[in-house]
Amino acid sequence: MSEQTNPVLTFKDFQSDQEVRWCPGCDDYIILRAMLKALPEMGRKKEDFVFVSGIGCSSRFPYYVGTYGIHGIHGRAAAIATGVKLANPELSVWVMTGDGDAMAIGGNHFIHLIRRNINIKIVMFNNEIYGLTKGQFSPTSLIGQKTYTSPYGNIQPPFNPGQLTIGSSGKYFARVPGNDPKMMEELFVKAEKFKGTASIEVLQNCVIFNDGAFEEITNKETESENQIRIEHGKKMIFGKNKDKGLILKGFKLEVVNIGENGITEDDILVHDAHEADPTLHLMLVRLQNPVVMGEIRRIEETSYDEVYVERMESVAKKSPFKNLDEMFFSGDTYVVE
Amino acid sequence: MIALHADFKLIYKLLTKIMTEKKLKLTGGTVDSVVIRFVGDSGDGMQLTGTQFSDTSAMMGNDIATFPNYPSEIRAPQGSIYGVSGFQVQIGHATVHTPGDEVDVLVAMNPAALKTNLSSVPVGKTIIVDTDSFNKKNLQKAEYDENPLLTGELNNFVVIEAPITTLTRESIADIGLDNKAMTRSKNMFALGMVFWMFSRPLKYTETFIDKKFAGKTQLIEANKRALRAGFNFAETIELISSAYTILPAKMDPGIYRIISGNTATAWGFLAASEKSGRPIFLGSYPITPATEILQELTAKKYFGAKTFQAEDEIAGISTAIGASFSGHLAITTTSGPGLALKGEAIGLAVMTELPIVIVDVQRAGPSTGLPTKPEQSDLLQAMYGRHGESPVIVVAAKSPADCFNMAFEASRLAMEHMTPVILLTDGYIANGSEPWKIKKTEDLPIIYPNDLKSSREEWMPYKRDPETLAREWVLPGTPGFEHRVGGLEKKDGTGDVNQSPENHQLMVKLRAEKICRVKNNIPLMQVDGAQEGDLLVIGWGGTYGSLFTAVNHLFESGQKIGLMHFSYLNPMPKNTEEILKKFKKFIICELNMGQLHTVMNSKFPEYDYFKFNKVQGLPFTVLELTQKFEQILNNQ
Repeated sequence: MSEQTNPVLTFKDFQSDQEVRWCPGCDDYIILRAMLKALPEMGRKKEDFVFVSGIGCSSRFPYYVGTYGIHGIHGRAAAIATGVKLANPELSVWVMTGDGDAMAIGGNHFIHLIRRNINIKIVMFNNEIYGLTKGQFSPTSLIGQKTYTSPYGNIQPPFNPGQLTIGSSGKYFARVPGNDPKMMEELFVKAEKFKGTASIEVLQNCVIFNDGAFEEITNKETESENQIRIEHGKKMIFGKNKDKGLILKGFKLEVVNIGENGITEDDILVHDAHEADPTLHLMLVRLQNPVVMGEIRRIEETSYDEVYVERMESVAKKSPFKNLDEMFFSGDTYVVE
Repeated sequence: MIALHADFKLIYKLLTKIMTEKKLKLTGGTVDSVVIRFVGDSGDGMQLTGTQFSDTSAMMGNDIATFPNYPSEIRAPQGSIYGVSGFQVQIGHATVHTPGDEVDVLVAMNPAALKTNLSSVPVGKTIIVDTDSFNKKNLQKAEYDENPLLTGELNNFVVIEAPITTLTRESIADIGLDNKAMTRSKNMFALGMVFWMFSRPLKYTETFIDKKFAGKTQLIEANKRALRAGFNFAETIELISSAYTILPAKMDPGIYRIISGNTATAWGFLAASEKSGRPIFLGSYPITPATEILQELTAKKYFGAKTFQAEDEIAGISTAIGASFSGHLAITTTSGPGLALKGEAIGLAVMTELPIVIVDVQRAGPSTGLPTKPEQSDLLQAMYGRHGESPVIVVAAKSPADCFNMAFEASRLAMEHMTPVILLTDGYIANGSEPWKIKKTEDLPIIYPNDLKSSREEWMPYKRDPETLAREWVLPGTPGFEHRVGGLEKKDGTGDVNQSPENHQLMVKLRAEKICRVKNNIPLMQVDGAQEGDLLVIGWGGTYGSLFTAVNHLFESGQKIGLMHFSYLNPMPKNTEEILKKFKKFIICELNMGQLHTVMNSKFPEYDYFKFNKVQGLPFTVLELTQKFEQILNNQ
């Protein structure tokens, strides 16, 4: 081993020796590729990464990355990752999960991880279906969606992952289409720098059980009309000809055409990802047409693990005992002769 | 003695007259041991009163064993039968192993307390009651048609009727507290009376009051005065002609402190952390009666113990598994319902072969059951309560102080053998306390976690130690050893995901064999009493005190009776069968319907075992055990 502290690593350094076994054509391959490209850019040592997952197609991910990893049990990745991180806060800890793993069986751990704001990154592969159990509806499946457990149409209203994140006092939420490795790679690197829980939703197409779920949003022909990619400090403009934008009308977001009805670029909203008040961010995560991509919310605050470490240190300084023996023999002891 | 306040003298004179007229006489003298039970409303401070009495007695050199018995309601309606809270202590001049069966002195603060506890008091023993509380309302709540103090139904007991509430208020009337606050000190008055009866000094409790109410001068004054008033009252009315004297117990020389089972468990983990060099991580969700372990370790954060109150039981153990992967002495604490929830995650720790200690402070079940009452009904859950072939080490503590040893042992075995370990205690020993001969950390064995030993070339994630079969514990942050673990079946050696039939069978056998070999790393079974003979009593866990006392009593009276008490349940000590061979009859005693009985029948089927079981949310009494053993011994 070289003694260099931060050796220059490449895509290959982060590949594992395991054969990747997702279905041909699955977006998961794109996510894996984007992650393997992003990891060397994060400027950290390979041995300091830990990938943690639960159960589901997404959760095979740790086997395919050549870092440390735990393939856990269904729904519990967020909790396992919490233990990994609190025990060793120096590590870069990633939770790779799906819509069922994170929001159904693991819903409790998902919301509490976000509430605590521990410096852990969650990448949720949202395909609006259960893949590994072969085609049942998930907590993000749409009303009316036909699956093996909803053959006459799903009647359970879906969760919106962004709304759930913000509702759990989330400080970071981003959304990215599963067919855009470039955008994913950039987002992963940005998220790694964020001090706190980052919740990233990937709109991931399941080619077998829910093919085309995001077709209208991610199709190269229509994506520029149906997606809006936002960046902090920039105007929220979209469309093939960059001629559409978002304005606030009353308490609602509205899509307007620039140059029509007296609307100019000056009227278009500027995205402020750092605004603590979540009102506008909630409107953005809920927007159906266009669907908002990018870092919607990014509020830098002290993370739980920072406070945790600081508290451990400050309490240790105030210890009333030099060592355990001193405590054992302190207070009300007595001698038997 | 302490000088009386002038006003009190008057009151006491009057009372002395009343009491003398009633011709109260008590027999006193030197006794070997005495059982005292304090009972009152759950808000009356009976736990505190009992603790003060037992701690003071221990300081005087008596051996003690305590048993708090409280309802699951925090403040049940006043005066109600189900709101009665009690604290029993046995103090002895010989070593005592249980809080005692029968009560010598019952302090009953209200009719409900008297009603629910009278059956434990043998004829001729002493009952102290607060007459102020025997009013119409309280008698109704206790379902008494008539006042038992007047009906003559207590004629066979020595009843000391004292207007405790009134006297308490009188003694502190000038301090400036309101009525409610004044009444709260009545437990100190009662305690003062009992201190007098047993010639205990007040100093210890006075110091305690100073600390507890630091900064609240009125409360300090009120509690101290009530305590002294009770003491002086007992003296003035000549409550007893000569007080009970209990000589100090003959105990091993050394420095002692009183410790409860849950505190001892937490301290055992702290010691294991020091002796292994691995920091503690405790991920837990609060649950009765295990919560104090989480609280104690959190309070002792300055020793580097990381604690985490998780969102639920599953998160508790899952965070611990994550911390184990990161190299910590990982622990989760719970009770039966929580152990059920953790089952799947324990399976993950079995498969990933990560060390973790799961403490189950057992309580009566199923479901919410009797949350504050002890039972030993989680043994089979601990042994087998997971899907798949999923063996783990199971150990149990036998007394409050022994929780220290077994928490240490559970940690040692987990880290040396890379496996989950379940430590079983119960509500009885977790909340009970006894003197602990303090151990110095230098006298404890060093723990050797199965750290990375191999070179990079020969190392594999599931490469095993040839003797123990433990895999090496390699932590994130170690360059060149990046690897993945998980719940899918692992290929022998490499740890790659592998689902081939032969490999699965091999791995199932290896995991079982790994646990089996732990028997080479645990002490041999020691038998108490006869080493061979007619009857071998078999038990495990928190029933040790009662079983030992009953067996020892019969053994000393010449019976060939021995006690084999398990601390290590899976695997069992190597000499278990050798011991069985030396006895003619066997009886397995448990606070469940026969779970160790099931295990013994499957492990050692060639022996016939009687069984003695009790599921009342109460410990065994020495009397019922002795009778049962005598019955079997006499039938031969």
